[in-house]
Amino acid sequence: MYQYPTYEYRRPPELDGTSRHCPVVVVGAGPVGLTVAIDLAQRGIAVLLIDDDNTVSMGSRAICYSKRTLEILDRLGCGETVASKGVRWHVGKVYQGSELAYQFDLLPDSGHRRPAFVNLQQYHFEECLVRRAQDLPALEIRWRQRVSEVTQQADRVDLSVTTDDGEYALSCDWLIACDGARSPVRQMLGLDFEGQVFRDRFLIADIHMTSDFPAERRFWFDPPFHPNQSVLLHRQPDDIWRVDFQLGWDADPELEKRADRIMPRLRAMLGPDARFEIEWASVYTFSCRRMQKFRHGRLLFAGDSAHLVSPFGARGANSGIQDADNLAWKLELVLRGLAPEVLLDSYDSERVAAADESLANSTRATDFITPKSPVSRCFRDAVLALARRHPFARGLVNSGRLSVPSVLARSPLNTADRDTFAGAMLPGTVAADAPVEGEAGAWLLEYLGGGFVLLVFGDAVDDTAARAVSEDPIGCRVVQVGGAQGAARLRVRDVQGLAAARYDGKAGTCYLLRPDQHVCARWRAFDADAVRAALACATAQV
Amino acid sequence: MATLDTQANIPAPDDFYEALIGLHRDLSDAQSALVNAKLILLLANHIGDPQVLREAMAAAREDVLVSVPTHAS
Ligand SMILES: Cc1cc2nc3c(=O)[nH]c(=O)nc-3n(C[C@H](O)[C@H](O)[C@H](O)COP(=O)(O)OP(=O)(O)OC[C@H]3O[C@@H](n4cnc5c(N)ncnc54)[C@H](O)[C@@H]3O)c2cc1C
Repeated sequence: MYQYPTYEYRRPPELDGTSRHCPVVVVGAGPVGLTVAIDLAQRGIAVLLIDDDNTVSMGSRAICYSKRTLEILDRLGCGETVASKGVRWHVGKVYQGSELAYQFDLLPDSGHRRPAFVNLQQYHFEECLVRRAQDLPALEIRWRQRVSEVTQQADRVDLSVTTDDGEYALSCDWLIACDGARSPVRQMLGLDFEGQVFRDRFLIADIHMTSDFPAERRFWFDPPFHPNQSVLLHRQPDDIWRVDFQLGWDADPELEKRADRIMPRLRAMLGPDARFEIEWASVYTFSCRRMQKFRHGRLLFAGDSAHLVSPFGARGANSGIQDADNLAWKLELVLRGLAPEVLLDSYDSERVAAADESLANSTRATDFITPKSPVSRCFRDAVLALARRHPFARGLVNSGRLSVPSVLARSPLNTADRDTFAGAMLPGTVAADAPVEGEAGAWLLEYLGGGFVLLVFGDAVDDTAARAVSEDPIGCRVVQVGGAQGAARLRVRDVQGLAAARYDGKAGTCYLLRPDQHVCARWRAFDADAVRAALACATAQV
Repeated sequence: MATLDTQANIPAPDDFYEALIGLHRDLSDAQSALVNAKLILLLANHIGDPQVLREAMAAAREDVLVSVPTHAS
């Protein structure tokens, strides 16, 4: 059984009369609040992170963490801890009845540091992040303190915090609300959260069982052990398995949570000889909704407080972590006076677009898993029946489209291509990884991100040009793939030719990458003025 | 992109129609509905062109909401 850590409450000095103004307060130490707080603190911004609890997530909740999440955590110094603890998987199998209808492989090509997904209990995931957070001097976490009042002024945000020892006041320049689906901050401000509630219930059970089932995602429509409903099975570390049973809208959630109701369902699925115990179980419903805007002046909403999707597709925590990745560098530039506040509007537009993509995917999967009308059910069954024999129908089977990073194609921070490129790396895309050789690591992504990077192929720039680029007030490092060595450029060798292949990189090709590793501009030849203009555009200085 | 062809295109229309009705012989309503759904999916995939599919879907829905079906009197 998992031992929940206890994080100590410390009596804050503000209760005894000191006053405090912080550049950034983050409300909520879930996956998203922890990520954004770590990112900002790693950038040297003082952050106060406040959480009303004193431990990690109760029950495992989110278990599937995507490749992009791991890459973001690599940049934040805790990717390896999470990746090595998690169970890797990339194959998904979909059954109808007891027959395999369709199988997918999420990462068929090699040459990436991180797998498509790892499975890990949310409590482990959060514990890894807390450990990283505790290493950062700029980050202070206040456990068991509840943000109970928030008011926005023209030049600051005032808040009240409630503790066991009483209430105190704080103020900050920016408040990031990562306080989850029920977001008290959102409610205190009376902000909208529109969307659709799905009329279905699911039983989720994490069980302890030793078994040699492979680490694959398995999804059943209408299996013999749970007729007419769907079932999902995932492997987690420590011999824990996640089983998710669809129950239908009429199920009684209190009744279905009881062990004497759960055990026979598991027994029917796992067979009379399986030995297992229930570690955690819960019955949930879900809705798909989002706030109209994620930025309200000095308040920024990220993660579940801003958008909610169904669990099919593993898009909740994974997309929230991308919110954090998107927001931290922008807020840093604004706080340092290097970019105007309107840069934060691009957080809103980029992440709203990403949330809409997740919501569309999630809604479509839900319509397939829980058809809302007889005709919808009929088409669903027709697709599943055809999928066994006919390849075309397999692409229509939708048991959840698993989280992939959004392409910020319409971002105002992008500079439109003027040269011609083949391949997938258009402006707005997350930088693709590739194996390389160089002094800072064996993967291309280790050289990108944090600040802006100009990634050049071959001898595109000399040291004078590289220095000119890096002396831009925003700052921009030059990373060079192949070509001659220079003092002002970090050089990597493209050991398998995959960097050139994935970026359509030819001698002279330059990519400008944002601090969150998204491409924002690219050219076939270096042009100092064009790079300067693209940097200005990517930081909303135009 | 192609557009939906609504001129006669089936060489022997009566043969086709007979085969279509015959396809449902001995099936319950639920089974027939499933066969129809499978048929639509197979044909839609064969056509592939999203524009043609959109036009076909629009043509299929046309007039349906206004013409309230009445039983023979
Ligand atoms: C059954 C289930 C399965 C899921 N599976 C997946 C999956 O496989 N992959 C995936 O990506 N996502 C999954 N999710 C979604 C995922 O759990 C959430 O998206 C994720 O936890 C959101 O993180 P968050 O940091 O935004 O919010 P939360 O994790 O909800 O954290 C909010 C934090 O804010 C604190 N807080 C709230 N109010 C206050 C206050 N007033 N003052 C101080 N602190 C406050 C809370 O204590 C909490 O610690 C799943 C969810 C469920 C329910």
